[in-house]
Amino acid sequence: MNPEYSDIRKKKIDELISGYPERRAAILPVLHITQKEFGQITSAEEKLVAELLDIKPIEVHEVVTFYSMFNQKKVGKYHIQICSNLTCTLLEAGNLLEYLQNKLGIKPGETTNDEKFTLSTVECLGACEEAPVMMVNFDYHGHLDKKKIDKLLDNLK
Amino acid sequence: MEEKILTKLFGLKDSHTIDVYLKHDGYKTTRKVIMEMKPGEVLEEVKAANLRGRGGAGFPAGVKWGFVPQNIDKPKYLCVNADEGEPGTFKDRYIMNHDPHLLLEGIIIASYAVGIHKAYIYIRGEYENVALRMEKAIEEAAARRYLGKNILGKGFDLDIYVHRGAGAYICGEETALLESLEGKRGNPRMKPPFPASIGLFGCPTVINNVETLSNVPFIIQNGAGKFTRNGLLKDGGTRLFGVSGMVEKPGIYELPIGTSLKDIIFKYAGGMKKGKKFKAVIPGGMSAPVLTADEIDINMDFDSLVEAKSMLGSAGVIVIDEETSMLDVLKTIAKFYSHESCGQCTPCRIGNAWIRKIVERIAEGKGKPGDIDNIHRLAKNMLQKTLCPLGDAAAMPILAITEKFRKELESYIGN
Ligand SMILES: Cc1cc2nc3c(=O)[nH]c(=O)nc-3n(C[C@H](O)[C@H](O)[C@H](O)COP(=O)(O)O)c2cc1C
Ligand code: SF4
Ligand code: FES
Repeated sequence: MNPEYSDIRKKKIDELISGYPERRAAILPVLHITQKEFGQITSAEEKLVAELLDIKPIEVHEVVTFYSMFNQKKVGKYHIQICSNLTCTLLEAGNLLEYLQNKLGIKPGETTNDEKFTLSTVECLGACEEAPVMMVNFDYHGHLDKKKIDKLLDNLK
Repeated sequence: MEEKILTKLFGLKDSHTIDVYLKHDGYKTTRKVIMEMKPGEVLEEVKAANLRGRGGAGFPAGVKWGFVPQNIDKPKYLCVNADEGEPGTFKDRYIMNHDPHLLLEGIIIASYAVGIHKAYIYIRGEYENVALRMEKAIEEAAARRYLGKNILGKGFDLDIYVHRGAGAYICGEETALLESLEGKRGNPRMKPPFPASIGLFGCPTVINNVETLSNVPFIIQNGAGKFTRNGLLKDGGTRLFGVSGMVEKPGIYELPIGTSLKDIIFKYAGGMKKGKKFKAVIPGGMSAPVLTADEIDINMDFDSLVEAKSMLGSAGVIVIDEETSMLDVLKTIAKFYSHESCGQCTPCRIGNAWIRKIVERIAEGKGKPGDIDNIHRLAKNMLQKTLCPLGDAAAMPILAITEKFRKELESYIGN
């Protein structure tokens, strides 16, 4: 079956496209909405976006593979992305990554069997004053230590 | 007391709302500009203020605006660079979170000066919550007729759109940003032509950083003279210094341009984190060459840092302590640039990948004699040989570390 957007998102997409002189310019915002709707961007979603924007699926694929935020396979309910850049590493983000790996039993790029958590490392999140930092979905969590991570994960249902 | 140009409202409750902004004379400058000023007068004032770009390169904003051809029948665009990808940089997030209307006002005034009717705020994808806040602010401003058609009834139109990126450092480079905004991969373009003549959708385009534009309302309201009273005559105003790393009080400090780096670290940011000893500092975002203890008696302005063979860049100050291994620092830097190279130029694509491989090998204890020389040579071969400045941005910090910390790096290699 082909994926389909909810009515609200479809309306939002039309509104978005009208902000640009060329349809394809809306591709990043449209891909963000698409990922929100379907959780991932596989060839089925690429095809859908291509039709919406009047371009070829390969042109969508070129864009999807350039940017790091589009999930080409399904991620867990909570996507944990821990910063591995300079300030965060100075402040022990490396140890926290190891802690997360052991706690969740997965390596970066993997998802837990119950599909609850996916773990990734990312480059600087632009919140270095709160290092070490991670994102859970789109929420930032800073000044991390093991205790804080425990508490945070315990609260995620 | 230092004058606050950008952070005046930061501590106030609900400082991001238009009500609070209006209560503190918000949009007063927009009124003045739209009601009383000619575009040329606005442009001259910004030129006189010597407002240098806060995104990294430090090009004077007024001069850049002046490059846009006026008698042309194409639309003109403003792209606001809110990509904020330079590691160690988080200032634009503060402006957009705490005072989004200040940025909007800067955008309105700049657009009026250049004759622009459409502006895009290109904001890094991870800042979803910040993007929502900007969108809300745009709605608020439009409801009060500071945006949209026929602003304040004076016939000037402007629409602002928020456009989210999707995780690619290179899209902060201005021509990559244009490609990305057009819906393509973020591969930088060859210059010339410069964006001022052929930019977004082939039309004349101004690209400015968030902080640069946020200075504009102050300049127009108070005059160039009051602006350059802070900072230096040729490099006017304040900067948002973002201090992070091994200091007691990491955060944003708005200080006059030319403030001493030593004071920023030891006075404002509270000095070194408990019990740590200072080792080195990266003064302007990760691309800026590292400075050692005997080099931090320096004024933080564009020219002083160039003289010290470093750069003010995005003014993100990353403080490194004695216990940190410079090999680890080098490893993080090499990983970052090899990951972010767009791959168009061979020296950048291959050079960064090789540097990363060698550094990682040394870190695994398998370093060989001559490795540091090889890293140095590879970095040197990237300098000024690439299409966009990312090649240099990678080479410069790597060269500085291999030169200033050679002994330490050699010590990780057996013989
Ligand atoms: C690799 C690279 C990344 C950059 N990233 C940013 C960025 O995230 N934000 C920014 O404002 N400028 C960034 N710049 C600088 C822009 O190319 C451009 O100079 C700037 O947006 C111009 O605005 P300004 O004159 O107001 O500083 C980057 C440059 C390079 C080479
Ligand atoms: S220098 Fe690097 S990032 Fe810039 S265009 Fe060349 S390959 Fe791409
Ligand atoms: S280095 Fe981790 S948020 Fe900047």
